[in-house]
Formats: sequence, structure tokens, C-alpha cells
Amino acid sequence: MEMAVFWVLAVPALAGGVLVFRCGSMARATFALLSSLICVGGEVVLLGLPYLGVVIILMMVMEMVVMAVFMIAYMMNPAGLTPMSMVHNKRGSAVISVAVFVALAAGIFLVPWPRRAGSPPPDTTFQVGVSLMGGQMLTMITLGFVLLATMVGATVLATRRGRYDRFGDDLDRRPAHDPAGGGVGR
Amino acid sequence: MTLHLFLLLAAGLFAIGVYGALSQQSIVMIMMGIELMIGGVIVAAAAFWSFLAPAAASGQVIVVAAVVAMAVEMAMGFAVTTAIFRARRVDTTDLAEDLKG
Repeated sequence: MEMAVFWVLAVPALAGGVLVFRCGSMARATFALLSSLICVGGEVVLLGLPYLGVVIILMMVMEMVVMAVFMIAYMMNPAGLTPMSMVHNKRGSAVISVAVFVALAAGIFLVPWPRRAGSPPPDTTFQVGVSLMGGQMLTMITLGFVLLATMVGATVLATRRGRYDRFGDDLDRRPAHDPAGGGVGR
Repeated sequence: MTLHLFLLLAAGLFAIGVYGALSQQSIVMIMMGIELMIGGVIVAAAAFWSFLAPAAASGQVIVVAAVVAMAVEMAMGFAVTTAIFRARRVDTTDLAEDLKG
């Protein structure tokens, strides 16, 4: 049974991954990636980590919806109506990709993996929660700061005009230099 | 169900991601390739936890870290795309190779 579920998820995961780079339409590519990553979440659930698997699935759904908006906003050919090639060095990339897969597969079959040590806890969600709030607290704090830095950095990068554009390098220009006037009395 | 199968799936996802990240011109498509690579890392980490050391919680923490890496990569990728598109109307890597060489 588990074997069947594995294949049912693994085949679409890989097929979705391939489709991402085969689809002409950016929107379709996004949803191919979404289906692939949802299957990845399913595999994680199958491996006995329901909490992390569901988190991955929920996160991917949100992320891919955001991505679809970006695709349509920025990309050259959002709907794929005019077929065009957007790749460079296709052959070299394919060779490197196949080489990476062969090397990884060789490692998978040649490495003498150790025997299973210990048995899974009755509640894996409890295990990861206790770990993150206990022994791995430093990891959790670091991840939190990374996310905070990402929020700040992404906002700064994506802002069209910041306070230095408005108030000058010393932040002392009044009134602010705005392209259009606004507010009371300005 | 064996460890090998899960690791092969992870290797497949990673290899497809490598192909995408290397071959695509569009910045967002490159990000999609990187997402697939991190997806492979997640499958491999979860498989290692499940098949080799289910008693060790650190294995699950690696999955959490990979998920965070995915989110960070996505957010920063979109921010960089927005910044470079706003500054230069550029949305492909081939038009932004000033530092090449």
C-alpha cells in the first residue's frame, strides 16, 4: 500500500518538475511546479512527518499563487500564446544535470547506509516541537532572524522610493521631495 | 519502500532543478529550478530521518531549515526581480551580465 502511494506521488513529482521547463505558458509552469511540490509534501507525510508535510503543502500553495502573479506581471510570455525559447546553453545544462543525477544515484547505491537506529516516536509533531523549543532553540532563533532579515531586505529592495529619496541624504529636506504634491497645504 | 527509492526521487528532483537553474533565462524560472532542488533536499532529509535515525529530532529540524531556505529564496528572488526590473526593465539573466568575466 505504502509502495503504491510512493509511486503515485513520485511519478507526478518528477513529471511536474520536467513540465515546469517544458511548458510554454508561464502560468502552466507555475502550476506544474505546484503539483510537483505538493507531491513532495505528500512524500514527507508518507515518511511519517504529517506536520511538516502539511506545512510544505500549504506553503507551496501560497508561494505558487504569489509566483503566478509575478509571472504574469513581469515575464516575457506569461500565457504562452507566442511560442518562444527562453533557454541558453540547453545541451550543457542537460549534460550537467544528467551527470549530477548519475553521480547522486551512484552514491545512493554505493554508500553502505547504516542500519536504522532507534524507533520513531509516537508523535513526530511533538518530537519536532520539543526539539525546536529545546535542544535546537538556537537553530530556531537563527531561522527567525534570517526570516526577519529577509522581510526587511526584500522590502528595501522592492521599495521604489525610500526615505533617503524623499528627505535627502541627511534626512533633513522639508518638505519631502515627492513627485506629486499631496496632503494639507502642500 | 526503501531508502534507495526515496533518495532516487530526491536525486531526480535535484537534477531537474539543476537543469532548470542552469538553462533558463528568465529569473523567475531560475528560482523555480532552485525550488525543485530544495524540494529534493527535503525529500532526502525526511527519508534519512525516517529510515536511518527516527529517534533523532535533528533530522526533522533539517527539513524545517530547508523549508525556511525555500521561503527565503523565494522572497529575495522576487525582491531582486522587482528591483532589477524597476531599475533597468530587465527580466532575464542574459541582460544582466555586467559582472560576467
